[in-house]
Amino acid sequence: MTQLTPVLSAHWDEADSFTIEGYQRHGGYKALEKALSMQPDEVIQLVKDSGLRGRGGAGFPTGMKWGFIPQGDNKEHYLVVNADESEPGTCKDMPLLMANPHVLIEGMIIASYAIRANYAFVYVRGEVAHVVRRVQKAIEDAYKAGLLGKNILGKGFDLELVIHIGAGAYICGEETALLDSLEGFRGQPRLRPPFPAIAGLYARPTVVNNVESIASVPAIIANGVEWFQAMGTEKSKGFTLYSLSGHVTNPGQFEAPLGITLRELLELAGGVRAGHQIKFWTPGGSSTPLFTAEHLDVPLDYEGVAAAGSMLGTKALQIFDETTCVVRAALRWSEFYKHESCGKCTPCREGTWWLVQMLHDLEAGKGTEEDLTKLLDLCDNIAGRSFCALADGAVAPIISSLKYFRDEYLAHQRNGGCPFDPIASTTFATVGA
Amino acid sequence: MSTEQLTEVEMITVVIDGFEVTVPKGTLVIRAAEKLGIQIPRFCDHPLLSPAGACRQCLVDIEINGRAFPKPQASCTIPVEPGMIVKTQLTSPVADKAQKGVMELLLINHPLDCPVCDKGGECPLQNQAMSNGRPTSRYEGVKRTYDKPVAISSQVLLDRERCVLCARCTRFSEEIAGDPFITLNERGALQQVGIYEDKPFESYFSGNTVQICPVGALTGTSYRFRARPFDLVSVDSACEHCASGCAMRTDIRRGKTLRRLAGDDASVNAEWNCDKGRWAFKYLITRERVATPMVRGSDGELHEASWPEALAAAAAGLKSKRAGVLVGGRTTREDAYGYSKFARVSLGTNDIDFRARPHSDEETSFLSSIALGLSTTYSDLDKADHVVLVEFEPEEESPIVFLRLYKQVRKRAIHISTTAPRISRGNHKLTAVRTSLSSVSGLTAKSVIILGERAAETGGTISAAVALAASTGAKLAWIPRRAGERGALESGAFPSLLPGGRPVSDASARVDVASAWGVSHLPQNPGRSTSEILQGLNTPDGLEAVVIGGVDPADISADALSQLLNTFVVSLEVSHSAITAIADVILPVAAVVEKQGTFVDWQGHARGFEKAIDDAQTRSDVRILSMLADELGAPINLPSVSATAREIQSLGTWDGARAAFEKTSAGSAPRTEGTTAMLHSWRLLLDLGTLQEGEANLAGTARTARAHISASRAAALGVKNDDRVRVSSERGSLTLPAVIVDISDDCVWVPRNSLNSQVIPALGFSSGVVTVVKA
Repeated sequence: MTQLTPVLSAHWDEADSFTIEGYQRHGGYKALEKALSMQPDEVIQLVKDSGLRGRGGAGFPTGMKWGFIPQGDNKEHYLVVNADESEPGTCKDMPLLMANPHVLIEGMIIASYAIRANYAFVYVRGEVAHVVRRVQKAIEDAYKAGLLGKNILGKGFDLELVIHIGAGAYICGEETALLDSLEGFRGQPRLRPPFPAIAGLYARPTVVNNVESIASVPAIIANGVEWFQAMGTEKSKGFTLYSLSGHVTNPGQFEAPLGITLRELLELAGGVRAGHQIKFWTPGGSSTPLFTAEHLDVPLDYEGVAAAGSMLGTKALQIFDETTCVVRAALRWSEFYKHESCGKCTPCREGTWWLVQMLHDLEAGKGTEEDLTKLLDLCDNIAGRSFCALADGAVAPIISSLKYFRDEYLAHQRNGGCPFDPIASTTFATVGA
Repeated sequence: MSTEQLTEVEMITVVIDGFEVTVPKGTLVIRAAEKLGIQIPRFCDHPLLSPAGACRQCLVDIEINGRAFPKPQASCTIPVEPGMIVKTQLTSPVADKAQKGVMELLLINHPLDCPVCDKGGECPLQNQAMSNGRPTSRYEGVKRTYDKPVAISSQVLLDRERCVLCARCTRFSEEIAGDPFITLNERGALQQVGIYEDKPFESYFSGNTVQICPVGALTGTSYRFRARPFDLVSVDSACEHCASGCAMRTDIRRGKTLRRLAGDDASVNAEWNCDKGRWAFKYLITRERVATPMVRGSDGELHEASWPEALAAAAAGLKSKRAGVLVGGRTTREDAYGYSKFARVSLGTNDIDFRARPHSDEETSFLSSIALGLSTTYSDLDKADHVVLVEFEPEEESPIVFLRLYKQVRKRAIHISTTAPRISRGNHKLTAVRTSLSSVSGLTAKSVIILGERAAETGGTISAAVALAASTGAKLAWIPRRAGERGALESGAFPSLLPGGRPVSDASARVDVASAWGVSHLPQNPGRSTSEILQGLNTPDGLEAVVIGGVDPADISADALSQLLNTFVVSLEVSHSAITAIADVILPVAAVVEKQGTFVDWQGHARGFEKAIDDAQTRSDVRILSMLADELGAPINLPSVSATAREIQSLGTWDGARAAFEKTSAGSAPRTEGTTAMLHSWRLLLDLGTLQEGEANLAGTARTARAHISASRAAALGVKNDDRVRVSSERGSLTLPAVIVDISDDCVWVPRNSLNSQVIPALGFSSGVVTVVKA
C-alpha cells in the first residue's frame, strides 16, 4: 500500500517549524544556494524535467509556465503566488503557510531567479489573519537573513517580496481576477489573450503559481529530478497534499504520492466516521464532480480522476456518509457560488441566482420530475458558456449529484420534503449518528 | 500618398456558416459575420469599445484548421485566424441553444415594464429576445428588484433592475471620455452600475451612455416617459452648438423636438457627442418666441406689425443711414451668405462682421490671409505626434476635438502642450503640459498647432503661432467655438472678405463677385470689425444703423448694448433678447430645427442638414434679408436656402492671391504685484450660454464657478479652498469661492460665463489686470 511521503509537511509537528531557525535546521534555504549557483534557464529546465504540475487545480506543468516568460525583453517580470485558497473543502495552503512559510519564500526566490523577476507577490486571502501574520514575520526574517532584498546570498540577485491581503472574494483565486485585485481594481477575470505570461501584473510578463507548486520547488532542487520522479505516477509526478474533511475519523492533510486512492487515504485517516459508510465525496473541492463509493480505487492523480469523470482539482477530499442529503449539499454549494459569482458574465451571474431558487424548491419537495430536466438543461446553458471556470464549478456538484442520486431528488418530491434528518449529518451529532 | 497608406493590411479569409469572407487581420468574428449580413446577437459588444466578452450572447462554434474549440466562443472577443470555420446560431444547434440559454438568463431578472420603458420599441434586448430567444420563459422564481430610479447625475437616471450589466456605459466612460465616474459595484446578480459616494456622473459626455445602453437602464432625465420611439420622426441634422461638426439625429413629434442623439460619422464624431449637443435644445421654447414682426412706434413701444409694414419700416430706417451688419457666430453658411450679400448689395458697405466676441486686428488679418487656406483635419489630429493648444480648451470649447485627442493620447501617448495658465480637467486627461509658444520644442511636420478664438485676446499670440508653424512645418488649425464662424468667414460675413474668401481689397475679386451678383460694383472701402462698428456708432463718421443677427451684446463687451442705444437697429431673431428689447424693427426668423442649411465645421467641411420640423411657418434669415433687400430696392435674389446654396456653389472659392498676414508683435505683459493678477478665463462647456437655456437637468452637471489661484497667492491672501475671494476691476467685481490649483502665480482664472461669474459684464473685459482679495 502507498505510504505517506511527508516533504512539505515533514516537520509540521515541531514546535518551531514556522520559524527561520526551525526551517534551516532541516536544510532550509540550502536549495536556494544551489539554485543561485545554477543558470536561471537550468533551474527552469530542472523544474520542467521533474514533471512538477500545478497544484492549484489545473495541473499545468510548472516549468513550462516559467518557460513562457519572454526573456531579454527588457521588461519587469513578476512572480505572483496565489494563496487565495477559497475552494470549499480545500485546506492545504493555509496550514502549509501556518506551519512552514519559509518553504514558500525559498521557492519564490528560486522561481523569481529562474524567470528573472525582481518583484514577487503573495496574494493571501484576507480572512486568515493568523496566516498573514506568520507569512509577514517569515518575510521579515528572510530579509534580515539576507535571503530577500539586494544581492541575495551575495550572488547578485535582487528580490523584493510583497504580501498582499485579499478582501475575501472567491473569484480572486482565478489568476487574472487575482491580478486585477492585486493591482487595486475590482477582482474580475480578464479577457485572455493576452495571457499573464505576456501581459500579467501591470501588463508585464507574470507567472502565477499556487502556493504548493512553488513550495515544492526547493525539495526538487535539493533532491533532484530522480528523487521527485520516483514518487507519483507516469504523468503525475511527485508528492502532494491531500486534505480530508467531513465524515472521516481523522481529518487533516495527508502528504502522499500522486496516484494514491481514497481507499488508501481513508485507511491512513482512520476510515469514515465510525458506524457509517461513504456515500459521496469530492476529489478536488466542490467544483469537481462528485464521486461515490464506486470510485474509492480511482488513482488520485490528474489522469486517473479525469478518466473517471471528475478533476483532481485541489485534492480537497470532502467525505460525506449516508446521513447526508445530496440535494441539501448541492444547494449549499450553489449558495456559495451564487454568493461568489463576480457578476461579470450572464450565465454565471444569472444562472447561479436561478439554480439556488430551483434547488431550494427541490429540497423543499416542490416540483415534478420535469423540473430535474429543466435543472439539467439550465446547467447545460451555464457550463462552458461563461467567462471563466467559476460557473463550470458551480454546476459540477449539481450535474454529478443528479447523475448518481437522481432518485434521491425524486424522493424529496415524493416525500414532500427532505427525507433526511439534517442533524444526523453533523459531525457533532449524537442522535441518529 | 504617404508610406503609411501604402502599408498593406494582411487579409484573412474565414468561413462563416458556409460562406467565405475576407477581412483584415485583427477583425473580430462578430464583425466578419456582419460583413456577410449574418447578425450574431450581442449586448456588451460595441465596435468602438474594447471587447468585454461579458454578456455571452454572441456565442458561436469555432474550429481552426480542423481543431474545434471544445465549447462555444464569444465571437466579440475572438479575432479571425486563417483556417477558421465559424458556425453561428444559423448553422450550429449548439450555438443556437447557447444563445437562447443566455437570452433566457438575461431575461430572468429583467422586468416586464417594456410598455412604460423609454427603450421599448428601440430596445436591443426586446428585439433580440424576439429574434434569438425562447418563445416562453421557464423562470418561476423571484426577480431582483431595486429602488428606482437612481439619479446618477441630474441628467441621467439609472433603473438597476433593467440593467444587463454589459459594461458598455462604464467602458465608454473610461475608454472614450476618460471620465470613470461610474463603475460596477457589488457582485453576482446584485452587481450594479453605481457612482462613487457623493460624486455624481458629471461627465460632459454622459449622454452617450444613455444612447449605447442596450436596455432601458440608463435614461435621460429630460426625455424620460416623454415619447415612444415609434411616434418619433427622425431627421439627420448637424449640431448648432460648436465647430466640432457632429452629425446628429433629431427626433421630432408633432412639431416639437423630443430628443437629439449623436449621429454616425466616423470621420468626425464617430458615434458620440457631448451633453450640450444632446440635451441643449429647449432654448427654443424657453424664451418667448418672436411670433410676428414688430415695429417700435412713436410711443417708444414695440408693436406687432404685418410683414409689409415691418419690412417697410426697416427699409425706411436703413435707407437714409450709414448701416452695418452684425451677423453673430451661429448662422448657417447660407444665412451668413445672405448677410454678406445684403451688406454689400443692399447697404453698400463692407461693415459686416460675424465675431460676437472679443477680437483684434491681428485676428482680422489672420482670418483674411491664412485661416481659409488651412486644411488641417481630424485625421491630422489622429496622426499627430504633438498637438499644441493655443488659447484653446478642447473639452470645454470643442468636445469632439477632445475625444479625438484623448483617443490618441490613450493609444499612442502623443504629446499635448497648452498655453493655458493652468491644466484644466480636460487637459489633465490629455496629459497636457504647460508651455509657451516661445519655449515649445520638438514640433515636426506631423505636429498640429491649434489656435482657439481666444488667441485674438492677447496681442502677438496668433503671430507667434503662425511663425512657429512656419518654422517647424507643423500644421495650423483654427478652431472657433461657435458652429457658424467658419461658414460665416467663408461666406464673406467679414469686413475684409467677400464670399469664397475673395479679398475685398482685390479689384478683380470685387469684379468677379459683382458680375456674379449682377451689380455694377461692390464697395471697396475696407469694412469695420464688430468693435469698430459698435464704437463708431453715434460718432460723426460712424454708423447710424445696424442689422443684427443672433448676437448677445454681453459676449462682445460690457458697453456693446449701451452703444446700440440711440441707433436704428433691425433685429433678425428667433426669441426675444437683449437686442430685440432695444430694436426698432424685429423680424422673426427660423430656428435651426425649422430650416435647412449648412454649418461649416472647423475643418472647413460642410455639414448640411434638412428641415426637421416640416410644417414650420418661420423662414430662414436669408429669405427675410432677401425680402428686405427687395424693399430697399437693391435685391439680393436669394428666395430660399437651396437657391442660396446653389449660388454659393456656382460662385466657388477664390483661387487668387490672399492678403499677406500682418504680424503683430507681442506687447509686454502687464506687470502684476501684490494683490493684482492677470485675469484668465474661458467658457465652460456648460454655462449660461443662451442656447443652454431651459434645460435644468443639463445645467445640474455644470461645474461650479470658482476662482482658481496659486498656493502662494492663497497663502499671501490667507485664503483656503472654498474661502471667498473678490476679483475686481475698475468696473466691478466677482465674488467666488477660491480653489487652490497649480496655476501661474501671477494669474487668476475664473469661468467666463457661468453662474455668479459673468466676466465681461462684471469686469468689463475678458483679459486684463484685476485685483484679488479675500472677500
